[in-house]
Parts: sequence; structure tokens; C-alpha cells
Amino acid sequence: MGKRAAAIVGMTEWKPARRWDEPLFDLDAFARLGAELVEDSGLDKADIDGFCITGAREAPVLAPSAVAEHLGMRSRFNERVDLGGATPAGMVWRAAAAIEAGVCQAVLVLCPATPRPSQQVRERPHTSGRPIYMGGDAWGSPQAQFEVPAGLVGATPSYAMIARLYMDTYGLDEETLAKIAVEQRCNAQANPDAIFHGRSITLEDVMTSPMIADPLKLLEIVMPCFGGAAVLVTSAELAKRARHRPVLISGFGEEMTHRSITSMPDLLDSPVRGAAARAFEMAGTTPAAIDTAQIYDCYTITVLRSLEDAGFCRLGEGGAFVREHDFRYDGDFPVNTNGGQLAFGQAGIAGGMTHVIEAARQIQGRAGPRQQRRCDLAFVNGNGGMMSEQVSLILEGA
Amino acid sequence: MVRLATDGRSIPDPTPVTAPFFEAALDGRFMLQTCPRDGAFFYPRARCPRCWRADWRWTEATGRGTIYSFTIDRIGHDPTQKELAPFVIALVTLDEGPRAVAQIVECPIESVRAGMPVKAVFDLFRPADGGDPVPMLRFRPAA
Repeated sequence: MGKRAAAIVGMTEWKPARRWDEPLFDLDAFARLGAELVEDSGLDKADIDGFCITGAREAPVLAPSAVAEHLGMRSRFNERVDLGGATPAGMVWRAAAAIEAGVCQAVLVLCPATPRPSQQVRERPHTSGRPIYMGGDAWGSPQAQFEVPAGLVGATPSYAMIARLYMDTYGLDEETLAKIAVEQRCNAQANPDAIFHGRSITLEDVMTSPMIADPLKLLEIVMPCFGGAAVLVTSAELAKRARHRPVLISGFGEEMTHRSITSMPDLLDSPVRGAAARAFEMAGTTPAAIDTAQIYDCYTITVLRSLEDAGFCRLGEGGAFVREHDFRYDGDFPVNTNGGQLAFGQAGIAGGMTHVIEAARQIQGRAGPRQQRRCDLAFVNGNGGMMSEQVSLILEGA
Repeated sequence: MVRLATDGRSIPDPTPVTAPFFEAALDGRFMLQTCPRDGAFFYPRARCPRCWRADWRWTEATGRGTIYSFTIDRIGHDPTQKELAPFVIALVTLDEGPRAVAQIVECPIESVRAGMPVKAVFDLFRPADGGDPVPMLRFRPAA
């Protein structure tokens, strides 16, 4: 069923770390990720004729041609994707669509997130360029005038307001959200690469961790770190030459309505609904058939709301769904089996790739100690900004 | 680049599009752009976000609204407002329909609830770079 034109055939993911000893320019990181994808897939560099990046700090404009030059490519598909946390998932379907259209046959999807050599010696200006403003401090932006002064900065207060409204509307208790953090941390204990490997937590740990923005507590919030990740997407034909089981991209959908939470039409109706519905329809499958769900998890509430809007349960039933199911890799409904961003780590733009990679890993049978018993069909959701950019993927083992 | 007040906090830096809103706010008036077809919208912008036309008019709003959702920012996510935390950030549905985000003032932070009726107030802050005082939108509980 569904699209069978393109597949993920290679992957690489760097072990996240709070301190990164080997600063890399983005262009050099692209080359390293590319080399690792060639190695993992068993394909040749000569097969590759496209790439997706989100940008290159060394090339604020004309970044794609800088990549083609730096990586010595004669490239036919040169895409720049800007969807926040949904960027990697958005890249994957764009690559698949380009391949299906016959534009190219093998696309590097590149998401490095390392410090640059120059960053370590340069001081940031005091009042501009702070990452937490996400560009919202630019003169003339609505954020700079109407949101930053109100203190609506970063993402946590925005997601906290979704959680607050959800709790008030559906009577969700804080322990249910905490259970998501605990189970993902359990998954990380079977993943030696996870940043919180060796550090399990209890429900009480989450409940007693400091309140950051009511009702969200410290252990329900991702911890930023460094890392990097990439996948290689090729035509189904080329995928037959690959070393591992091809992971077909059988459905995808994307939707957005807002950048700021203030302009989100309904805090309890996200664009996940449209993106996921189209992905399932394209793939010719339903939530009930899914073996593993890899859900973008900047916060616990994001997981609950995404599961609802993706159709795994109805709006308002997310709390019961979380309580009734076991999200661990050996549970009845495996979610974020490598720990997710909450427990594996959120390495910048690579954070959204961890869900794509873990889904592919489970389908390829390469998840090691946390391998699910059976995994042929995965749902992946990428989420950006303030529950704003949404990309859903259905991945299927060939 | 965020503009700062003399006390170090972020304040609005009006543009030609938003200046009428801030000028009226100096007198305590809450102005909304109103499109003849689609009604009021906020934040200010050059064209109606629904029909993309520019034949809207500035109209004075009631300044009244209801809290849609809120959070207590315990750590001050804005680096310029760290020392001001904890404070309440709320999404307010204006009586005219559009939504605004602002801090809730003149009440204990723990007393804020979704559904609470609120009224806009404009507090003045002096910019660190000189220039005229800048009004900042906040809401207080409505009587």
C-alpha cells in the first residue's frame, strides 16, 4: 500500500554531548555525515545526486551551491528546509517526492549540530542574536514588539499554555504527563548512546523537579545538547543494492497555520491532525496498524497532543491513553524507543531526526537491546516551533 | 535586536505599521485594525490576514477580554526579564475576537485562572536609548 518510490537506506547519528571537543564548520560536518551515510548504506558517492540542509553558518545565503562545491557534487536536488523541529521529517518527504518525480535518485538529508570553531572565541552581543529569541528579536517582527516584552520567549511558556488549557478542559493530571517522561527515560536505559543512559527517574522525581512554567516541570522539558544526525534517501530501485532493509517512505503530510502560540487558531487542535491524516491516507493504513510511534517530544504535553491529533486516540482521551498503555520498547505501544529527545537528547536540528532514525532502526532490526519484537510499520511526527510546523511520515519495511 | 528600557527589560520598538497602536496606547486607548469583511485583527499588520486586502480601519476597542490560557514563568525565559520572574504570561481573547499575549498585573500570580475577565492597561517604560516613553500592554483583573 501507499507510496513505494523512495526509501531510507542509510543512517548515521552522533552521540550527543553537553561538551563538544571537536568544533566543525557546517560544510565540513556535511561532508562527514555524507561519508558516514555512504559507509552505512553500502552505496557509492557517485550514486548520490541531491541533498537537503537547513542552512550553513558559513554561507548565510547561497548555501546549497556552497554545499555542492564543498562536497564535490554535481547535484540535481539542492534543498533548504526551514521547519524548526519538523525540518528533518520535512526533508525526508521532500527527498522522497523529488525522487518520485524523477528529479534525482539519492538524497543526503543532513542535520549537523556542532559548535563552530569561531563560536568558541567570539562573544555574543548583549541584546541581539540570542538563540532563545529564535529570530523574533529582529526589528519589525511581531514577536519583538508584542511577545518578547510580554516575556513570551523560547518555547516552554507556549507549550505550558497548551498544557494548562488541556488540563483545565479535560481534567488531565500532572502525574499522567510525568509518566511519559518516566517511560521514555526507561527506554534510554536500553540505549547506551542516550544522554541520560544510566540515570533512570521515577514519577516522584518528575513531580518534584522544579516548576519552570506552570504546569511544566524541569524533567518534562528537553535538555539541549550537541550532536548530529543524517539519513540517505534513495529510489526504491537503488535501495535494492543497499546493505540494510530499505525503509520505504509510504506516506507523508505537512501543515502549518501559525508561528507564535498567540496566533494558533485553537490551542487544542494542532496542524498534526491534517498532516497525519494525509500521511495515513497516502500510505493506505491506519493508526491501529502502527508498530512503533516516534513522536517529536520537546515536552511531555507535545507527545500527548500529537498522539491525539494523529488519530491514535480522540481529543480529550490522551490522558487515558497514556495511563492505559506502556510506551516502553517492550510495552504494548512503543513510543520514542531510543528515549526520545527527552532522554536521548535534543541536539539542535538533529533532535527531530532522532525520531526518523529510531523508526528506521526498529524497522531494520538494528535497535540492539531495545529492539521491538516486531516492527514493520512506523509513524513519525516532526513538530516545529510552537506546535506550529507539523510533518507526519509513515515508514514501512520493504 | 531587542529594545531595552532603562531598567533593562525588553520593550516594544514600534514600526510605521504599529506606531498608531502605540501612539493611542500612550493615552490608554486600545486600537484594533478592523477589516470591513473579516472584522478585527491583531497584532497590527499592513493587510488583513484573511482577505489580504488593505482597506481596514483603526477602531477603538474596549480593552476588555478573557484569559484563554496562561502560564507562570518561574525562571524568566526572556534573558532581560530574569529578575522579574515569577510572572504570569497569558493569552487573552479580546471581546472583539482577536487574541493578544501579555503579562497579568495587579493581582497575586497564583490567583490567575483561565476564563478570568481582564482589562488592558498600558504601563510606560523609558527606553535606555533615550526617546519618548513606550507603552507596554498588560492586563489586570476586570471588576
